[in-house]
Amino acid sequence: MVRDRFAVSIQTEPFVTEALQKALHEREAGAIVTFTGYVRACNDGAAITALELEHYPGMTENSLRAILDEAAQRWSVLAATVVHRVGLLAVGEPVVWVGVSSAHRGDAFTACEYVMDYLKTEAPFWKKEHGDTGSRWLEARASDSERARRWQLP
Amino acid sequence: MIRVRFFARVREQLDCELLELPWEPRYGTLDGLQAALEQRGEPWGDVLRQPNLIRAVNQAVVSTNAILQAGDEVAFYPPVTGG
Repeated sequence: MVRDRFAVSIQTEPFVTEALQKALHEREAGAIVTFTGYVRACNDGAAITALELEHYPGMTENSLRAILDEAAQRWSVLAATVVHRVGLLAVGEPVVWVGVSSAHRGDAFTACEYVMDYLKTEAPFWKKEHGDTGSRWLEARASDSERARRWQLP
Repeated sequence: MIRVRFFARVREQLDCELLELPWEPRYGTLDGLQAALEQRGEPWGDVLRQPNLIRAVNQAVVSTNAILQAGDEVAFYPPVTGG
């Protein structure tokens, strides 16, 4: 069976980063760069007890695949994986994992950062924070849009 | 029929996740559909007129107006905050 070089998973279950990274490895890969995002204990000075993640089934998966395809067109990528959790997550739990394998580290570093920056500004996910003082939907950050804009081609 | 989905804060503010509307000619454009929804009374008008609302047709973001047909799926949602 030919393994899909570009894998996307949206899931409620936790993920095991070691297994994901091992699955990404192949003989031609000289570098694997990975990013793991976690639920922070506080945000904008407010204490967080849990984070709730919502997505748009179908569109979110397609959006992530399009981001991986674009990364593979712009850089030399052997394989790439995005795993994103949804549902209720506790502080300290991993939320998102991006892994990119390449022959050399430069392309792996760059493509991984590109995928995260576009995931944060394009893929339909929404975060709701639960804290001691109540719940609130997070607002999009201008700094995230700025980061994504850096990758725009002239 | 036309399916209209709402997500996150918009879904909660409208207390509505999904509308399945029998097809009408006034739903023939995205702007026309939105105007019809805004006329459902409050909170629909205020929620759908909020700035930065994102609109998608058949699971692709649309930044201007768009032609709609029976069977299309439209979504309204706030700016995304994943990762």
